[in-house]
Amino acid sequence: MAKEKLQKTEIPKKIERPKKKLFKKRAKQLNRSVAGNTLLFAIMIICGLFMVLPLVMIINNALKPLDELYQFPPKIFVRNPTLENFSDLFVLMNDSWVPFSRYILNTIIITGGGMVGHVIVASLAAYPLAKNKFPGKDILFSMVVLSMMFSWTVTQIPQYLIISWLHINNNYLALILPAFSFGMGLYLMKQFMEQLPDSLMESARLDGANEWIIFWKIVMPNVKPAWLTLAIFQFQQMWGNTGSLFLRDEQLKPLQFALQQITAGGIARAGAAAAVTFIIAAVPITFFLICQSNVLETMTTSGMKD
Amino acid sequence: MAKENTEKEKSINTPSVQYSADTIVDAADLAAKQRKLSYQIKRNKESYLMMFPYFLLFFFFTILPVAMSMFLSFTNFNMLEWPTFVGWRNYIKLFLEDDIFIVALKNTLIFAVITGPISYMLCLLFAWIINEFKGVLRAFLTLIFYAPSICGNAYLVWNLILSGDRYGYLNGILLKLGIINEAKLWMQTEKYVLPVLIIVQLWLSLGTGFLSFIAGLQTVDKSLYEAAALDGVKNRWQELWYVTLPAMKPQLMFGAVMQITQSFAVADISINLAGNPSVNYAGATIVTHLLDYGSTRFEMGYASAIATVLFLLMVGTNKLVQKILGRVGE
Repeated sequence: MAKEKLQKTEIPKKIERPKKKLFKKRAKQLNRSVAGNTLLFAIMIICGLFMVLPLVMIINNALKPLDELYQFPPKIFVRNPTLENFSDLFVLMNDSWVPFSRYILNTIIITGGGMVGHVIVASLAAYPLAKNKFPGKDILFSMVVLSMMFSWTVTQIPQYLIISWLHINNNYLALILPAFSFGMGLYLMKQFMEQLPDSLMESARLDGANEWIIFWKIVMPNVKPAWLTLAIFQFQQMWGNTGSLFLRDEQLKPLQFALQQITAGGIARAGAAAAVTFIIAAVPITFFLICQSNVLETMTTSGMKD
Repeated sequence: MAKENTEKEKSINTPSVQYSADTIVDAADLAAKQRKLSYQIKRNKESYLMMFPYFLLFFFFTILPVAMSMFLSFTNFNMLEWPTFVGWRNYIKLFLEDDIFIVALKNTLIFAVITGPISYMLCLLFAWIINEFKGVLRAFLTLIFYAPSICGNAYLVWNLILSGDRYGYLNGILLKLGIINEAKLWMQTEKYVLPVLIIVQLWLSLGTGFLSFIAGLQTVDKSLYEAAALDGVKNRWQELWYVTLPAMKPQLMFGAVMQITQSFAVADISINLAGNPSVNYAGATIVTHLLDYGSTRFEMGYASAIATVLFLLMVGTNKLVQKILGRVGE
């Protein structure tokens, strides 16, 4: 009898294990039904297939030989995959007037600088706006939110005038400094910081911590999902920037510009262009996956701290 | 550095104080108020110092350009000659003489009213579903649903699908199924343009709002769910309305603002799929109209007027939406 009971209890455990991996423990215990889970699964699969289409096409195109790229009617999936496109691209890169490593360095400076700087500067400004009371707070915050609603197309020309007036034209700073003050980052960080309980900061103040220490040691670790998400947005924004408006010297231009020059080469370079499209998408996707999996890891710790 | 900033603060705050002083309050009271203000500014010195770098740059690269554009909207400016002041003429022309602007305004409103709320709901729905998953699978699902937004101009895929001959994917499928007899010129037929653009925009909708909701769901206090279960919340839908949504209100507000800026500023997909100008302006939106004047005709004064009207439209919508969102979870 005792042995039978043991076996009976062991069997459901084995079935449960794979489920536990797919769903959070909480999700299984509270208010979740099997029928609901199945329904959600079905929705996800159908919609997912539809959404992933561009990604599938970019990967397949990069692997297609030239004749398949020009096949009519076009097919989504590749028949004879080859890496020819990438070797073509590397040949073109080696022929480049400015060494390609220089473009890569420029991109690292512009994308990295714009991203890290924005996350730090915007978070610093967001903390007092979210948690402290002082004169002028509401006006400053609403200016930031409203500024996002003004079309950037018409502000570009005044911005260009200001940048030349500040003498940072044809300089990395012309791309990096405006990126520091984008409105979205401040708004995002402020909204997340608002959720933190005041008691968290009060207890730190009683322990003698000043505002800077509270910001760095308490606020920032607790809003890790927020600044990782902001980093993704900002990376995408900066990565897509060709800088052609502000940077005149070829030596200063980012990778995005050089790669787009290759795509502009016409039919003969269609293969290399497909490889370029793949690289342009692959870099932010890699960054995205790194950040997103870190957003997940914070989950386990953030619940405990409060 | 701190002083400069505090002075900026003062200049923003003093006018309201002075107005009341003129009418009701006497000089002593005013002095007391100013003392209180300067005390508050001094007490929050660290706060101002923390905000200083951001707002210094924000002033140069955002406030100043926006102010200059708004000023330009009252001028005639072709980017070669010095702008000449024309008063309200740009705005009068915009509403009374420019027929295409009225078409663009109508299209933009249809677009925003349909795609705005639906996109917003989709962002929330998918973020919430994905939140039920765990580990690598979760990151992977997020990538799949964010794919249209991360792949740059991924919507160009739709050019292949909507191609006007029988080799276009959509025409091919419909012909095979016998639904249509001949290939349709999807993007060259007036009545199809706007609906198709709306569908493409919905497909693109899981962007900024979606990711911020995913991050927002992470920060909801887990103990709230246990408490809610004890209070009698029975299923996941009740849990969503009474626990999750109220807890992530700040993210909902953020998502709404981003959604407004996206829904009203639709232009890229229209230009790339339907062309600018599109067939009989069927795909014209306020921003395509603005780009037409700003970057093709170089009439920056007029383009600035369009931008200002669009700005006011968004600000009004934002007020309305924030009011509605205030009622979530009640």
